[in-house]
Amino acid sequence: MKGVLATDRRGMRELGAEEMVGWDEVTQGVVLPSFDQAIGNAAFLKPEERPYSDFSSYTATVASWRVIRPVYNRDICIDCQNCWVWCPDASIISRDKQMLGIDYDHCKGCGVCVEVCPTNPKSLLMFAETETIEEALAKWPEKKKKEK
Amino acid sequence: MAEKMELNEIEVWDGNQAAAQALRQAQVDVVAAYPITPSTPIVEGYGAFVANGYIDGEFVMVESEHAAMSGCVGAAAAGGRVATATSSQGFMLMIEVLYQASGMRLPIVLNVVNRAIASPLNVRGDHGDMYAGRDSGWIQLDAFNAQEAYDMNLCAFKISEDINVRLPVMVHQDGFTTSHTAQNVRPLSDDEAYAFIGDYKPVDEMLDFSKAVTYGAQTEEDWHFEHKAKQHRALMDSYVVIDRVFEEFEKKTGRKYRRLESYMMDDAEVAIVALGATVETCILAAKELREQEGLKAGVVAPRSIRPFPFNEIREVLANVKAVAALDHSVSMGAMGMLYNEIAGAMLSAQERPLLTNFIYGLGGRDFAVDEAKRIFREQKGHADVGYITTEIQQFSGLRGPKLGFYEMKRS
Repeated sequence: MKGVLATDRRGMRELGAEEMVGWDEVTQGVVLPSFDQAIGNAAFLKPEERPYSDFSSYTATVASWRVIRPVYNRDICIDCQNCWVWCPDASIISRDKQMLGIDYDHCKGCGVCVEVCPTNPKSLLMFAETETIEEALAKWPEKKKKEK
Repeated sequence: MAEKMELNEIEVWDGNQAAAQALRQAQVDVVAAYPITPSTPIVEGYGAFVANGYIDGEFVMVESEHAAMSGCVGAAAAGGRVATATSSQGFMLMIEVLYQASGMRLPIVLNVVNRAIASPLNVRGDHGDMYAGRDSGWIQLDAFNAQEAYDMNLCAFKISEDINVRLPVMVHQDGFTTSHTAQNVRPLSDDEAYAFIGDYKPVDEMLDFSKAVTYGAQTEEDWHFEHKAKQHRALMDSYVVIDRVFEEFEKKTGRKYRRLESYMMDDAEVAIVALGATVETCILAAKELREQEGLKAGVVAPRSIRPFPFNEIREVLANVKAVAALDHSVSMGAMGMLYNEIAGAMLSAQERPLLTNFIYGLGGRDFAVDEAKRIFREQKGHADVGYITTEIQQFSGLRGPKLGFYEMKRS
């Protein structure tokens, strides 16, 4: 997953760590530009290639209040892209139809990805924020047998 | 390409038709509306003009006034020239979105055909809705007759869309008294009117995909205050553009407007401050009193309710002895809005008039010339003895025992 997270390229900041400018310098109408420069092809660029401005939450972590998180198991995943389609926060990272992992700087822990995962056992499962990825993977359940 | 309409030098229009024609001449791109009495004919007129090829625009039917203003916010953020109209209950339902529109600095023109607010339900004109909108961050212009409803609409687009303003504007007219009374109106030709307003100049428009923007961001205690202060500053400073647009309008039409209108005030000893069609009633009363009784009466009327003409009020009332503020709505539990605004302005003036408050005309109750004369004479009585001889807040045209509140403190 190296190179596709905002942290890899631009670093990460806490929301609210911006320079606290006065009323005379804030943007008119609280209209916030997403990019630092005009671009005509944003839809054709991968997120890490887009010139996001500091007004975009792309480089801000907005996940501090998450208490449970999805853990991804590469060994089971079939790259169906269901989780990528359903994630409401664009926090499933996938490139060339291959699932790479989860953007924990933006994932809110809603669990939709786990719900829509079709594999058996699931390739994504929710674990407490306090558990490490290694601990979670060690606890992964076995394949369930079909009930007759 | 929209078809042009041949207009006569003098048209017979009511206030609603005058406003609808102004929307046509402005070639408004989007009207999202949920029609309500007495403003219905404005958006109905726009819809008919679109259907008959006189406007290249879109009439969006929605399920409520909240949705109507939301549609206007969306269309304005997208980068179009936007307007709508409403009254009373519809206005109340719009209020949440009015604050969104002004906070996002979106130029929208809202025709408010003033009508009383339930309960009890009432379709006639008073200023309850106008007063409910006074903290919403919109510029509020008031038209006293059909001609002014037309003129203020043309000016409203030019003010609202000015790069230094970018604030939504309400154009007020009195329900039925103005909106449904046919009068002589002198319109501009389509070309002249459009040239006066000019092409729409988009700013931060969402349909420019090369410059993606976020509208409606959330700000908490670390940013909200700065944004609100900047917005307030823009509204306070908008008087510069309002004055300039009124000047340009005068050059084009010969019709002169000022943020604070005053009539016969040069030597006035007593004055009435009022809004809406009542202003014309009071002018008539003042003229008759001057001719018949030698009473130096004058009339003051804020054309711009927001931004409030604080300095101009202090100047025009500086040498007046007694003033009655006529409020066409009751601000429950307090003095009327006009009274309070005028009192606030005059408190920092060297000379202060005796100031009383009349609540009148609620729910469309008639306010006649004779009553205006009585109020002028009562002010003269205060002026002659040097203090307020009545209660400070009184009610004009109310049945039942005399109702009033507060008396002047005298040592």
